[in-house]
Amino acid sequence: MAFLSAHFVAIVFYVLAVLAVAGGVGVITFKNPVHSALSLLGTFLMVAGLFVLRHAEFLGAVQLLVYAGGIMVLFLFVIMLVNVRRLSPDAAFLSRRAPLAVLSGVVFGALIAFGVLAGSLGHPGGGATALQMVQGHVMGNTEAVGWTLYRHFLVPFEIVSVVLLVAMIGAIIFGRKDAGLEGRGGRMEP
Amino acid sequence: MNPTMIPIPSAWILYLSAVLFVIGAIGVLLRRNGISIFLALELMLNSANLAFASFAFRFAGASATAAHALNGQIFIFFIIAVAAAEAAVGLALFIAMYRRKETIDVDRFNILRW
Amino acid sequence: MWADAIVTLIKLAVVIGVLLTTVPIMVWVERRGSALIQDRLGPNRVGPWGLLQPVVDAVKLITKENLIPDGVDHFLYILAPFIALAVALSTFIVVPFGQGDGLTLFGSKIHGFIVAPDLNIGILYIFALAAFGVYSIVIAGWSSNNKYSLLGGIRSSSQMISYELAMTISVVGVLMASSSFRLDQVVMAQTGTWLGFIPKWNVFPQIIGAITFMVAAFAETNRLPFDLPEAEAELVAGYHTEYSSMKFASFFMAEYINLVTSSALIVLLFFGGWTLPGLTIPHGWAGAILSLVIFAAKVAFFLWFFVWIRWTLPRFRFDQLMALGWKVMIPLAVVNFLWVGVAMALGIL
Repeated sequence: MAFLSAHFVAIVFYVLAVLAVAGGVGVITFKNPVHSALSLLGTFLMVAGLFVLRHAEFLGAVQLLVYAGGIMVLFLFVIMLVNVRRLSPDAAFLSRRAPLAVLSGVVFGALIAFGVLAGSLGHPGGGATALQMVQGHVMGNTEAVGWTLYRHFLVPFEIVSVVLLVAMIGAIIFGRKDAGLEGRGGRMEP
Repeated sequence: MNPTMIPIPSAWILYLSAVLFVIGAIGVLLRRNGISIFLALELMLNSANLAFASFAFRFAGASATAAHALNGQIFIFFIIAVAAAEAAVGLALFIAMYRRKETIDVDRFNILRW
Repeated sequence: MWADAIVTLIKLAVVIGVLLTTVPIMVWVERRGSALIQDRLGPNRVGPWGLLQPVVDAVKLITKENLIPDGVDHFLYILAPFIALAVALSTFIVVPFGQGDGLTLFGSKIHGFIVAPDLNIGILYIFALAAFGVYSIVIAGWSSNNKYSLLGGIRSSSQMISYELAMTISVVGVLMASSSFRLDQVVMAQTGTWLGFIPKWNVFPQIIGAITFMVAAFAETNRLPFDLPEAEAELVAGYHTEYSSMKFASFFMAEYINLVTSSALIVLLFFGGWTLPGLTIPHGWAGAILSLVIFAAKVAFFLWFFVWIRWTLPRFRFDQLMALGWKVMIPLAVVNFLWVGVAMALGIL
């Protein structure tokens, strides 16, 4: 019991990390995109848990709200709409490309790991309590994020809203009935 | 947090983030189905978020009185917003592509190559 | 620490017990209510006024054959009803259901009538979890390998996404007025009166937000007039066409539990929770029980409201539903949000 409560953070981290990696492997190995998408959803859940572990509770909730509630539903919607069951199976899946892809991935990962290792030597872990201190006020994470966002990042915030607007217009234009069919005289062939 | 708990090193989360990023990168290289590639891409974005969360936590102590203790978390916020925009446009694009060729295999969209 | 754990477990057991008991009661209310509205008798054979009818129905559902059709995606097909029920039950843990400050039970504090009192993201948690409700429907629709189910799933995913926006934006006004994410503080901000007789409930200054929220709640719980994912006249039974026995019952129960949560949210956010104008709730157990009764009465009214609307309005067409969501509800929610902001800046609210 004492061991459990002392190493609580480490245990939670290991559980979340293993599940997140398992979900990530699922994303790239499941042949069916629906299974891939649900596997990715699992990874998002675990990452949200890790956010909470790093005292970013608000972002954990936003992660669930935006990724799980919005983006992944959109993915599933599109997968169902294009009806992947009738699509030809991934012909090149795990073919001669695979060793090369895995190799480059592993090399890349080794580079990152080396960088992290070199950078983290001699640094102690950070302080969690200080996260909730903004300009001398003690507040909850949501309040602190809001404070920082609207005081110091107002211009980027507005720019992001414009980005979202542009994306919305773009999505509407691409999603029009005759989009992508200009070469065929704007009509879908039967 | 309970003070008796032993914290974990920040590097652990960075390693996890690296692993997720590599898995995503391999996925992008391997899969040919457009939506699957997109899913792997989202995984890579999320691993970057994780790294930012870790950095925000770690450098919070160093700049406790400054106003920038939460910069890492703000970055995550923006990444999530941009990821949402990207997903909306990308998926609309795939629907348009599917309408045109009845497939979303990215290797079939090669008419600009010759 | 152990005392806290035990208190939390007791609260959890009580909440789940009450939620699950509400389901048969609501089924009975729905059937008798529809009969009342349509000038019929309704179920009246089993027990007085047919009160035992839901029990008989439950026994029937449990003893039915547990059928798994050919060609379904086995794992996901079985997972979907679990998600539905789990999400429905777990959203309720941040909902406070009475004034319980400073009360003790067998010498240990009970921290108010709420299962998870320390979760400072409060309502955000509800929205984040409620977002998972759509997965049960989408997964059920897709894994059933049935075109009607699939259509139900597709409809529900687009419907949920659309109305979630309106719902979230309409809540922002309330959160601004009470400057907290925690629902008990939202209720606290609604005590007192304006001009001595208008209760300080959010519904009066934010009537637009309240209407938007309620309409979105109907859409999110898949109730008529927005029950397009399971429209029986068009899609057989929509996403749960292929489900039978207890797996069907899970969807059924989840729907009614979501109904209770939505009613509770409407009461907490817009109708003052357990407050009544001109009534100061005393401290201690007497006040706690009084607040519980008031809260339950308000929730019961909105549950009846859901039934009433269901048997009064016809179903929308799908394009009408989407047009309403995007072209009417979201702009209205934004208007409400702007009005609250302006009013707060001017010092009216």
